[in-house]
Amino acid sequence: MVETIWQVLLILIKIVVILVPLMLGVAYLTYAERKIIGYMQVRIGPNRVGPRGWLQPIADAMKLLMKEIIVPSNANRFLFVIAPMLSLGPALAAWAVIPFGDGMVLADIDAGLLYVLALSSLGVYGVIIAGWAANSKYGLLGAMRSAAQMVAYEIAMGFALVGVLMAAGSLNLGAIVRAQAGGVLHWFWLPLLPLFLVYFISGVAETNRAPFDVAEGESEIVAGFHVEYSGMAFAVFFLAEYANMILIAALTAIMFAGGWLSPFAGIPVLGAPSLLWLLAKTAFFLFFFLWFRATFPRYRYDQIMRLGWKVFIPLTIVWLLVEGVAIMARVGPWFDHAAAAAGS
Amino acid sequence: MTFEKFVFYVFALITVYAAFRVITVRNPVHAVLHLVLAFFSSAGIWLLAEAEFLGITLVLVYVGAVMVLFLFVVMMLDVNLAPLREGFVRYLPVGGAIGGLMILEMSLILASRHFAAAKALPPHGPHYSNTRELGALLYTDYAYPFEIAAFILLVAIVAAIALTLRRRPDARRQQVGEQVRVRRQDRVRLVAMAAESRSAGPAEEEGS
Repeated sequence: MVETIWQVLLILIKIVVILVPLMLGVAYLTYAERKIIGYMQVRIGPNRVGPRGWLQPIADAMKLLMKEIIVPSNANRFLFVIAPMLSLGPALAAWAVIPFGDGMVLADIDAGLLYVLALSSLGVYGVIIAGWAANSKYGLLGAMRSAAQMVAYEIAMGFALVGVLMAAGSLNLGAIVRAQAGGVLHWFWLPLLPLFLVYFISGVAETNRAPFDVAEGESEIVAGFHVEYSGMAFAVFFLAEYANMILIAALTAIMFAGGWLSPFAGIPVLGAPSLLWLLAKTAFFLFFFLWFRATFPRYRYDQIMRLGWKVFIPLTIVWLLVEGVAIMARVGPWFDHAAAAAGS
Repeated sequence: MTFEKFVFYVFALITVYAAFRVITVRNPVHAVLHLVLAFFSSAGIWLLAEAEFLGITLVLVYVGAVMVLFLFVVMMLDVNLAPLREGFVRYLPVGGAIGGLMILEMSLILASRHFAAAKALPPHGPHYSNTRELGALLYTDYAYPFEIAAFILLVAIVAAIALTLRRRPDARRQQVGEQVRVRRQDRVRLVAMAAESRSAGPAEEEGS
């Protein structure tokens, strides 16, 4: 009994060790976003609170904590309150299977990839329920857009992940990284280039980020699904969106860019696999999220649907066929050992 | 009572409660959300039975995709609740008969020794991969039934699209190919012109 309690305590400590840096990462991602987009638009960005504006995210969080949460009249109170939590919960729970290094993972489960896919598909409930429960037409429109968009891009995302599991021969995220051992050219981004691009763009669409942010679409529907939310309830949606962004970036790094493996394999010191490589790759992909937002105008809604259903899904299916042929032909250096593993 | 058993009873209670609320709750959106909860907690029960692939797939397919579309449709409907509740007594005998039949069938399977379902599954070692075993079985022993099922689903997809497709000659459609082929020269023209002085009137305008 005492042993069980210790185990539970150990797991709780591990969860805190993962979540606290994640929350700090979310806070400073908002700062990085404002600074990077600021410089891209030839302005300076936040620079008043603390040295160089470093305390700006803390100030923002304090301000949101102090604000009143207003529940609109005729809103469904229970669903209105629970919606932000439903949005944040899956975004945090998915981190349980993310491997930060060889064996550095909270839950080393066999079907890790499926688990991540299942949880990222749950995030849409927070958005739909928020839009419906608030009893606001803008909220409902945003929820509808978001639901259609997420269902469309989830399929392309799932197919891209099928390609990854074909190449790695495993659904375990740690095993997927280990299957990419070798230099930059051994990582899966090269043989799975179309799937890599589809996955990343679908990831941007799933997180409702620009240029796919029609669920918020300020110019048309005010703020979309969270138009009626204020204070901390709004902040929780914000947290979920940014935690999802970091999650998608980390997953892209793990599945297509070798996770914790070093790009300079074979060179002493630099070639050692490390958590820092995973963080650097995640930051690299996160930069693209911010860069997209500063660069592209918002997509038209029918074009988003067309891109998801009529471009991405056929593209991934074709590339799965190509990949299957490559695995059968044992094209090196990626598929010679994967085929052997699948055959055993 | 072991911890697994305790977790099982928690999940089972939530499942039964949620399933009961699906048919008793007034608001259709709440009913769909309770159905989601029922699916989710039965996925938890499947995880306890070491069927992690099926459990996660249940969440992925039913909770993550099918129920989202359900919710989508139910939110768009403007359901008038009063007529829905009127037929309750009239349909009660039929519903009760079907429910009784289902209970009878289930208890036959669970209690009878002719069916294998009553036996407890043998426990597996820590290196047993549910996903790998299921895949191996589906693509070897059950390859033909699996492919036939896939083909039937494909036919169903095609049929659903064919049934709902309406060709209306008067409807305006977007020609996506033409939209993509449009070049900048077709839409805007850059015109070079000299700067005009503030005092110059419209009569002296110089175009290019």
